Amino acid sequence: MTQQSLPRPEDRRRVISLLVDNHSGVLARVSSLFNRRGFNIDSLTVSATNDPAVSRITVSTHGNDRDIDQLILQTERLEVSRQVFELDLENSLQRELLLLKVACGSRQRAELKEIASIYKAKIIDLSPDSMVLELTGKPEKIDAFLKMFSEYEILELCRTGVTALERGGKHEHIQKPPQEIRDYQFPMPGRGLAGGASSQ
Amino acid sequence: MRLTGSQIFVEVLIEQGVDILFGYPGGAVLNLYDELYKSSDRIQTVLTAHEQGASHAADGYARATGRTGVVLATSGPGATNLVTGIATAYMDSVPMVAFTGNVATSLIGRDSFQEAYIEGITLPITKHNYTVRRVEDLADTMRSAFRIAQSGRKGPVLVDIPKDVTANSCEFTPKEPELIRTVTQVNDALARQAAAMINEAQRPLVCFGGGVRSAAGCQPLRALLEKADIPATHTLMAAGVLDYGDPRNLGMLGMHGCFTANKAMAEADLVLAIGTRFSDRVALNPETFTSAKVIQIDIDPSEMGKNIALDLSITGDASYVLQAILPYVEPALHKDWMAQIVAWRKMDYRPIDSDRVLRPHQLIDELCRQAGPEAVYVTDVGQHQLWAAQYLHHTKSRGFLTSGGLGTMGFGYGAAIGAQMALGRRQRVIMLTGDGSFHMNLNEGCTAVSYQLPIITVIFNNQVLGMVRQWQTSFYGKRYSSTDPHRKTDFVKVAEGFGAKGYRAATLEEFRTALADALQQEGPSWIDCRIDKDERVLPMIPGGGDIRDIIME
Ligand SMILES: Cc1ncc(C[n+]2csc(CCOP(=O)(O)OP(=O)(O)O)c2C)c(N)n1
Ligand SMILES: [Mg+2]
Repeated sequence: MTQQSLPRPEDRRRVISLLVDNHSGVLARVSSLFNRRGFNIDSLTVSATNDPAVSRITVSTHGNDRDIDQLILQTERLEVSRQVFELDLENSLQRELLLLKVACGSRQRAELKEIASIYKAKIIDLSPDSMVLELTGKPEKIDAFLKMFSEYEILELCRTGVTALERGGKHEHIQKPPQEIRDYQFPMPGRGLAGGASSQ
Repeated sequence: MRLTGSQIFVEVLIEQGVDILFGYPGGAVLNLYDELYKSSDRIQTVLTAHEQGASHAADGYARATGRTGVVLATSGPGATNLVTGIATAYMDSVPMVAFTGNVATSLIGRDSFQEAYIEGITLPITKHNYTVRRVEDLADTMRSAFRIAQSGRKGPVLVDIPKDVTANSCEFTPKEPELIRTVTQVNDALARQAAAMINEAQRPLVCFGGGVRSAAGCQPLRALLEKADIPATHTLMAAGVLDYGDPRNLGMLGMHGCFTANKAMAEADLVLAIGTRFSDRVALNPETFTSAKVIQIDIDPSEMGKNIALDLSITGDASYVLQAILPYVEPALHKDWMAQIVAWRKMDYRPIDSDRVLRPHQLIDELCRQAGPEAVYVTDVGQHQLWAAQYLHHTKSRGFLTSGGLGTMGFGYGAAIGAQMALGRRQRVIMLTGDGSFHMNLNEGCTAVSYQLPIITVIFNNQVLGMVRQWQTSFYGKRYSSTDPHRKTDFVKVAEGFGAKGYRAATLEEFRTALADALQQEGPSWIDCRIDKDERVLPMIPGGGDIRDIIME
């Protein structure tokens, strides 16, 4: 593992969407590139899209503009990537799912139920000494929700990571530079050595 | 037409214009080699001593011609032996397609005999790679590999072919090779903006790198320098693109670049960077490296501003971008700036001749005098490599083959074989190596003998790992840890053992005679040239430093 650098003051939370070929091994290419280039990934989700040939990778990270430009340019360079773009946090819809298991005896049930109802979280499992809550929302909402549990004993916790779409109609984000067609090979330099002398 | 995977392999190679394939056989590629045997009138196979040599040969072939080099190795150890060669090509953006055999698809993933997950191993050192799991996919996968290797920023692509895929058969439809796509459209507004910046500049400087060599032509660069009277400096990768004697050619930039080039970089008010990525060996300290405005032209958008801050970037093939800019550039004369440069030049480091011992610069002068500016010079890695870059009188843009990005010792002999095979025996190919580097891959001497390649190798024998030792001299209190191996190798006897010709030279006169004789040989030869172990590469700017830290003596 590459040592990950601490966030700097100018870093902001960023969400990047990658539309990539839907093949085996594509995720390995993308995540290997992140690791190699030292990008710090907070969360990553992969999902199918309406086009069976394409899958969508949503990456949530922290960085300044220059880091993010580099991340986009580097991932665009992969043969398997089709479109890579940053989602504007204002104009996009972001959701994350949380499953949270807290220790909870019969005396704490009412308090926890109240927190859940304020955040519109669902209680999806209850046992004599624990409770599992489910919450969907923006990452900030989930962070805020989790803060409410500082006084409780969290047994286990799982977040899916951000998945996101832009608002409004379909967007095109072709950034690969325009390409033109050129001759396919350089002129032949003439066949190897006189008569292609081969010792085999 | 129904063909086996092996037949398809050969047909697609021929369709893609491949004339020579470097490689080494083994169990997983027996079917492929059998088919190559039957087609030996259409495609020449070259057997090296080691797969690493084959990969460097494919690389040398590509660097010398601009065409895609092709290498083939068997599964497992054959494939892993290619790794250094592929990484070398990747770092220097050399178009190459590497084919590896693999165990049959039914055995993949079971730690079968000679199985290696080469797709995973080479993932970060290829532009792209494939495992072909069905014979039906073989032809199109190979075609994609050749297209990707040559498109945009060039580089190596690996295709892994399991053994059953080479044996199975399917319908094959011949196709014309796809045309290569590259970035040739240039935004006119950007071109005007770049030209305006050039027209305004008082102290403009062009800095070009390996991207110019792979661009369709270097002519627009020369035209620009002439029209706007701009001096130019280059990176290691672009030695030879401009004539050695051209007054606007300041020579090499960076850690071992000359004083004038580094000084001009620091003092310029506009730097036009073309096909160079400002690596840490060039922009040693990206903050203080230059205070100029910077325009970067590169085919790879991800290079823009990667290492230093930019004022303008234009993505595209260098020669097309320059052609687009050129009409807007006004003819100019930068008299003061050029006078300043002439003055700096007087301060450049000049090695002193000796009539007693062999000195590197004198050796290289003599080499150039006899072998001529049209020769292709190949180097290994170390002090000798930088002396070669500093003192060779280049005039050919594909006449200097060196491992710049990865700095691979042992690159030279394989690359020289590739270049000589590609260009034919009438082309003079010279290899400059060090005793350390030559020890790494001199096994390929046997390949040069088998194919009767008249490669002349000049061994800069300082008896030490000079480059590393130089750092120990300067920065580690002369503690020569593992750089002084006390080897007793007799390179003349080694040459004889291989069936090559060996010479020894301790003085310039001996070198002159040995080289003259070597130039008459039909086959390979090498000259063991004794130089002092305390010879250093100068000037030098230590890593992270700038022109103020330059060491000149
Ligand atoms: C494969 C590899 N291993 C190690 C190095 C580190 N290295 C760079 S230069 C050098 C010494 C090269 O010695 P030699 O070939 O004798 O050249 P000289 O510097 O003496 O001219 C070494 C060990 C390298 N570049 N490549
Ligand atoms: Mg040496």
